[in-house]
Amino acid sequence: MLNKKKVSRIFLFLVLGIFVFYYITPLYVMVVTSLKTMNEIREGNLFSLPNSINFESWKIAWTGRGEGTSDVFLKPYFFNSLKIAIPALIISTFLGALNGYALTKWKFKGANLIFLLFLFGTFIPYQAILLPMARTLGISTFLGALNGYALTKWKFKGANLIFLLFLFGTFIPYQAILLPMARTLGLLGISNSPVGLILVHTVYGLGFTTLFFRNYYVSISDEIIKAAKVDGAGFFKIFFKILLPVSLPILVVTIIFQFTQIWNDFLFGVTFSFGENAPLQVALNNMVLTSASVKYYNVDMAAAIMAALPTLIIYVLAGNYFIKGLTAGSVKG
Amino acid sequence: MYWLKKNLPKIVVAPSFAVVLWFVYGFIGWTFYISLTKSKLLPNYEFWGIHQYVRLWQMPRWHIAVENLFIFTTLFIVLCIFIGVILSIFLDQKIRSEGVIKTIYLYPMALSFIVTGTAWKWILNPTMGIEKFAHQIGFENFQFDWLVTPGMSIYTVVIAGVWQSSGFIMAIFLAGLRSIDDEVIKAAKVDGASTFSIYTKIVLPMMRPVFMSAIVILVHLSIKSYDLVIALTAGGPGISSDMPAVFMTKMAFGRSEVGLASASAIMMFATVSAIIVPYLYSELRREQDAK
Repeated sequence: MLNKKKVSRIFLFLVLGIFVFYYITPLYVMVVTSLKTMNEIREGNLFSLPNSINFESWKIAWTGRGEGTSDVFLKPYFFNSLKIAIPALIISTFLGALNGYALTKWKFKGANLIFLLFLFGTFIPYQAILLPMARTLGISTFLGALNGYALTKWKFKGANLIFLLFLFGTFIPYQAILLPMARTLGLLGISNSPVGLILVHTVYGLGFTTLFFRNYYVSISDEIIKAAKVDGAGFFKIFFKILLPVSLPILVVTIIFQFTQIWNDFLFGVTFSFGENAPLQVALNNMVLTSASVKYYNVDMAAAIMAALPTLIIYVLAGNYFIKGLTAGSVKG
Repeated sequence: MYWLKKNLPKIVVAPSFAVVLWFVYGFIGWTFYISLTKSKLLPNYEFWGIHQYVRLWQMPRWHIAVENLFIFTTLFIVLCIFIGVILSIFLDQKIRSEGVIKTIYLYPMALSFIVTGTAWKWILNPTMGIEKFAHQIGFENFQFDWLVTPGMSIYTVVIAGVWQSSGFIMAIFLAGLRSIDDEVIKAAKVDGASTFSIYTKIVLPMMRPVFMSAIVILVHLSIKSYDLVIALTAGGPGISSDMPAVFMTKMAFGRSEVGLASASAIMMFATVSAIIVPYLYSELRREQDAK
């Protein structure tokens, strides 16, 4: 009996161990490859250790070789991703908290239907909204092309004057238009810019953030809210003084989830941006896919690790919150 | 003033709602309408009936994409659930180092599909990767070139996809196992049932809702899967590992077939809806019943 138990215990650990090996191997391969020279890669194999720790390819992946235009490296794109992720994260989280609060604690007719529509929105394949979104972001580019076309191919009275005015517009100091521009920006003129991607990620993050906060606030007792209402506290006072202070756990879950989503996004990045405005994942993919005659696998691997590092660090530091977010974001329960 | 106070919650939700209404539902509506037009490079609002759908389903390339989706989804679900169930049950046997093991099983979920694809592309590299390793340890004739073999490259996407997502499925099943009342298992043990039959006859059948959730998650992940294919095979060699998501973006942004791309996007949308709507309906009814 004891023997049988021991055997099954060994079998258990063997299987668990094999899978530890399975999950960890790719990371191991990435790390050792990134530390090897190309010669070592050609001579050794996937799993062989480097002769010496060599961070050269990390440096190249981060700042390039200094070879001019064909040189793709991650540093600027890393900051592009940060520039997109942080504002989008803050806006969508804040709005999500507010929505969750309004939908649960101030029930009104249709609140459930609205929540349902939010929820369904988190499941849609983004391909279904890709084209119109590209259009919204591309309106200014499109208008620019149209104007150019109209002004050159359909010459009309005053066309030259209009063109001059356009041209002049490109020379003015931007400070002169900053304030009115901020008011009229709206949906126009944000194609291929961090702003455009911030908008995209905010809009499509809203469903998730609302969902997280809504589900969290449902579980908070209504009695406290009622008491506060009786005391004359208003909508915002209750939100800021009562609910937000107890929202820390869900706030952490939401922030981690949103950050991971935005940081790891490729589809929006590749569709709505190009060139120097691309986010990190797009840059990584471009780097790996370069048609250069010599492939630098060590640099590719270093770049991949760099692209993964921020979310990996968050995962290691706050694994439980990370998993909670994943589960809530996919099971929606 | 009173009106404002009374309607403040609605006013607060209204902007977000308007945004979602416009950017999600309005956009889907637009895509649907465009799928019913002749649109090529630019949208053309003249109604053309279901011609784009007919064209779509007559295209061999779309059939390849759908077939690949079918292969991928089936294997992805079966393997992820198989691995997830086994690992969660094994981890549930009071393992001392559970925390560490769980962390290792789940870390791939923190990586982007682009990173995963990049890593696996290197590991599966037909000359420098796993094949070379096998040659060096003595298996001279070992060949592993799925990545560049039409008809096989879709399986490399399965390998990388399962690697990334199976740990997460394990976590979902583990949470399900933990929520089962210990008394049930104890009672069965007293009755002399073996551990194996306790799990296959009692515990797993109780986890039906968890299986449902896992399948829904995996199906909708696989319909949306785009990044991983791009990073690993880019739909190649040729078009042999195209998936609907890849097909759609290639038609829309590479081939200027906006109407056709919209039709394929609506097909994806309809498939996800067909799975998600009943799922949400049953989930929410459960929530209502619980009240």
